[in-house]
Amino acid sequence: MKTAFAMRISVLCLACAAALLSGCATSGSPKDPIEGFNRAMFSLNEGVDKVVIKPVAQGYDAVLPQPVQTGVVNVFSNVADVPIALNNLLQGKPGQALSDGGRFLINSTLGLLGIFDVASQMGLEKHDEDFGQTFGRWGIGDGAYVVLPFFGPRTVRDSVGFVVDIYADPLTHIENVPARNSLIALRIVSARAELLKVDKIVEEAALDKYSYIRDAYLQHRRSVIYDGNPPRLSDD
Amino acid sequence: MKFFFVLLATAGLLLPLGVQAQDATAPDALVKTVTNEVLDIIRKDKDIQAGSTKRAIELIEAKVLPHFNFAHMTALALGKEWRKANPAQQKVLIEEFHTLLVRTYSNALTAYKNQTVEFKPLQMQPGDTDVTVHTQINQPGGKPLTLDYSMEKLPQGWKVYDVVVAGVSLVTNYRDSFSTEVRNGGIDGLIKTLQTKNSGAQDTAAVKK
Repeated sequence: MKTAFAMRISVLCLACAAALLSGCATSGSPKDPIEGFNRAMFSLNEGVDKVVIKPVAQGYDAVLPQPVQTGVVNVFSNVADVPIALNNLLQGKPGQALSDGGRFLINSTLGLLGIFDVASQMGLEKHDEDFGQTFGRWGIGDGAYVVLPFFGPRTVRDSVGFVVDIYADPLTHIENVPARNSLIALRIVSARAELLKVDKIVEEAALDKYSYIRDAYLQHRRSVIYDGNPPRLSDD
Repeated sequence: MKFFFVLLATAGLLLPLGVQAQDATAPDALVKTVTNEVLDIIRKDKDIQAGSTKRAIELIEAKVLPHFNFAHMTALALGKEWRKANPAQQKVLIEEFHTLLVRTYSNALTAYKNQTVEFKPLQMQPGDTDVTVHTQINQPGGKPLTLDYSMEKLPQGWKVYDVVVAGVSLVTNYRDSFSTEVRNGGIDGLIKTLQTKNSGAQDTAAVKK
């Protein structure tokens, strides 16, 4: 009930934003009707990253040895296997769902609460699923490209999926609020630290960072919905 | 968004498709030999691990680039706009796109961190002249990334004309921004933007050294 409500709210917000700001489009990509709004959000996110998230991640990276960082990444990755299993089930892939469940059981026990990803070494491959992909599999179209404040690139469909992801995220169900918030903050910092070396690559690659990231996001999402084998698009 | 950064990074480092003398080499064997060769060098090279793009550029120029068809890559990146360029403009575009990709990949090489590469069986009929070689990058704590090379058979041997990381073509990803540039300033406008970008990238690299 709560979930449906949140979904409706987010769709409504996105629709309003789209209606208000569609006049600001600049490059005229049909996938990006609210480019003016998106570019503003993109700058906001870049600013927040530069001033807050990146410096914290750099400190984290400087202080913690690499094996510890990998352990932290693995613990969060292990918890995430639960909603991934659920999504595989909803997409009609019971075999993959079973494998994800197996990964969670193995890594939570033999892998010492997920610190070590022993399941991957045993041949149970990690998957990448979320509700945006599940909705895509069900045939719901992408909708426009949207850059959410703080959360970054999505499509309208993926934004709705993202709200459901939040409810399906085991971390958000931790009763103790300070513990929950600390864990979520740690997860963000750890994920950002993994990307420190990558910043420069995108800077060097992109003529226009905004559209480079947009187009890569859209291509990537299209691919994951088809589990890496999307139908080929025409050559020009 | 974060995931996507990771894949770009990993993409670059595994681009490696190195030197192979005989043209008769099968495309998958070529990818495998060169990838292993380049990974070997990176694992031993402390300069590259420490972030030296200069060393990485040398490595890419020597081992990887001979196996790329930059003319085809540039045409693919421009899409419909390619036909609007005259031969002289096309030549400059190829050079500039070449430089841009080299800079990107050399930075990616320095981001290498314990990833391993798995080579998938090649599906190819006798007589095929256009194939996709599938590989997979396994990384600690993450979902494996797919890295696919589109390759074509030319008289000089098999050449790569597209690189697709986790579904993102590093070539066609430029198409929208390139056509925006062409719409705003014509082909010469795009050339100018690329030249500015490439010289700017050089400057920052020089300052950081």
